[in-house]
Amino acid sequence: MGKQLLLENINVPGIETLSVYRANGGYKALEKALKMQQSEVVDEVKKSGLRGRGGAGFPTGMKWGFIAKPEGVPRHLVCNADESEPGTFKDRYLMQHNPHLLIEGMILSSYALGANTSYIYIRGELLYVYHILEKAIQAAYDAGFLGDNILGSGFNLNLYCHLGAGAYICGEETALIESLEGKRGNPRIKPPFPAVSGVWGRPTVVNNVETIAATVPIINMGGEEYAKIGVGKSTGTKLISACGHINNPGVYEIELGLSCEEFLFDDKYCGGIKNGKKFKAVVAGGSSVPILPADLFLKTAKGEPRLMSYESLSDGGFISGTMLGSGGFIVLDETASIVKNLWNFTRFYHHESCGQCSPCREGTGWMEKILNRILEGKGKQTDIDLLFDIQSKIDGKTICPLGEAAAWPVASAIRHFRKEFEEYVNKPEEIVDVKHYYAVNNLQQSAK
Amino acid sequence: MPKVTIDGVEIEVPKGTTILQAARMIGKHVAPPAMCYYSKLDVSGGYCRTCIVRVTKGSAANPNPMPKPVASCRTEVMDGMVVENFTSEQVLADRKGVVEFLLLNHPLDCPVCDQAGECSLQDLGYENGAEKTRYDFERRTFEKIDIGPKIQLHMTRCILCYRCVHTADQLTEKRVHGVLNRGEVSEISTYIAANIDNELSGNVIDVCPVGALTDKTFRFKSRVWFTKPVDAHRDCKKCAGKVRLWFKGEEVLRVTGRKDQWGEVIDWICNECRFDRKNLSDWIVEGPSRIDPHSVISQNQYELAKLKLDTGEQLKKIKEKK
Repeated sequence: MGKQLLLENINVPGIETLSVYRANGGYKALEKALKMQQSEVVDEVKKSGLRGRGGAGFPTGMKWGFIAKPEGVPRHLVCNADESEPGTFKDRYLMQHNPHLLIEGMILSSYALGANTSYIYIRGELLYVYHILEKAIQAAYDAGFLGDNILGSGFNLNLYCHLGAGAYICGEETALIESLEGKRGNPRIKPPFPAVSGVWGRPTVVNNVETIAATVPIINMGGEEYAKIGVGKSTGTKLISACGHINNPGVYEIELGLSCEEFLFDDKYCGGIKNGKKFKAVVAGGSSVPILPADLFLKTAKGEPRLMSYESLSDGGFISGTMLGSGGFIVLDETASIVKNLWNFTRFYHHESCGQCSPCREGTGWMEKILNRILEGKGKQTDIDLLFDIQSKIDGKTICPLGEAAAWPVASAIRHFRKEFEEYVNKPEEIVDVKHYYAVNNLQQSAK
Repeated sequence: MPKVTIDGVEIEVPKGTTILQAARMIGKHVAPPAMCYYSKLDVSGGYCRTCIVRVTKGSAANPNPMPKPVASCRTEVMDGMVVENFTSEQVLADRKGVVEFLLLNHPLDCPVCDQAGECSLQDLGYENGAEKTRYDFERRTFEKIDIGPKIQLHMTRCILCYRCVHTADQLTEKRVHGVLNRGEVSEISTYIAANIDNELSGNVIDVCPVGALTDKTFRFKSRVWFTKPVDAHRDCKKCAGKVRLWFKGEEVLRVTGRKDQWGEVIDWICNECRFDRKNLSDWIVEGPSRIDPHSVISQNQYELAKLKLDTGEQLKKIKEKK
């Protein structure tokens, strides 16, 4: 196992309570940060090379640097805990077991940004995690880590936890802000970016749970020390939530730059494919990133071994690469049907499209209907090209990245596994899965 | 003031101007079509994506091209920006894709739709649409809801441009209609089917680019191209009172706001002027309206020449087959 920075104490009994967290070195980073200048904290994060852990991988220090600082206008920090990408469950794990790590990160990040009111926007389905967080926040208030004049530094912070209402789109930062303001969760049209005009028109930074939690070890060990972990521009550690046909599903903290082969087959991590089956494909960073066949995942198109890092996974662009994304690692073995898997993803994006802009609103539904038809054994040869064409007309033309998230899996599945689609289309009587047919019909009936 | 080049035409515009506004300043030959943007509204645009253009040079300071097509109605120009609209094959192809999405679930019931003849989607479909749809599933329909005695809501025809929502936001204190549900099934509706009876509510009919919101007092009375538009005014306490009357013979069939060359109303009018003043004696007539070559009201606007050419070739083909 590599360095464990976020999950180090996750198995300590009672770590969710303030006293145990304190006994294990908790809130040391906060004490250290409050003695520093605000800009020094930002500099440490810049030095660390930390990149956004929510999916896009934008340098956090740079994002913090962009925040507008007009006189007399309050600023806000919002933590994006609306983790709802299929295959991603790292933030939930972290918040559920070690809530104070997030809260400590929130306090010191708010200090760095000069925010006096901060929010944690948590996914509505995670009600039990919300209660854990609320309890932890109360404990932090009682101990003087939140509220007025924190630890005698003169810095005030109020931290609120806000429950979402169950929409995937609210994980998009501007939709999240709209929802936080009490409006319909529609993404805003950018510019202006939240760093200029976010919550209630005030400068706002929206960061993922893991990003904010990672600021705690960064302050503890220093930005330069943190930057030594990892490879190239992918510094530090990353939480990967592994699931699918593997022996050891779960959340792992890896040092970025770990080889993909080691991560998938080593017993310390995923432990190889379940039941001795053959490894077929992997969705390496949550449902929206392109799917990769086994050979392209283990080795890049150039024949170099692939590493778990931002750069290496996206090597080859979308033709032969993918993205690290949010770290939702879904492994498919030889028994899995790519078409069915794709249908499941597409159904999800169809269901979660907000309906604001036309390509995503109409296109996601169309793609789902075509895939549904293919799975029912009524597909046509032209459907495959049509699917590819539809996704290309959604990709890049939408307001927010949900359109792209819906388009990329379709493009990559057809690019790498066209044969499977053709089998479904050409020999439906051999391959059609009757079970699936009924599952779809039941779903449609229950929706009505 | 920033200078921007659109389709090879350079123009200097005030800071904060969007690409679409700059293109409209140059003229119709470079202005991208817009289904949801409405210059008379404070906030609008960005949803329909028909106005997408390519920015091949971001600005003089940062000459990199923008990686994705941008919505010209929401993108401000920068000094030295170079934009491609009709000159880019890619833009035209992308726009064709967007139009296909807009028409995907839109019913092709133009023969019975009151909007036909002055419908933005009809024009857009003519200019950028495909001849045949590739969508072979059942089209989406909505249950009809009643939103009052004057305005007809036909949700099935709606393209969710949000114009009527923004109009109500801007003209009234309390908006009673909005978008319900999400994704493919989102719809314009009043919550618990209430009436929209604000005295300026009729303006949603004018801003609607399609036949989703139409005038109940004019319903099925005439095709718009059989009526003659005349500009008129009256002394109205609630609005500017400057309207367009639509005559059939001596009879005023319909009253609407006056529209400019982009198909946008010039002055908002009140419901009294729109629905209740349909006698010639109520109005002081100014003269016949100038109709810009927009939609089928004006003859020849669909390039008759081209049509003839096409028919000629089709005839040839038929003869060859024989």
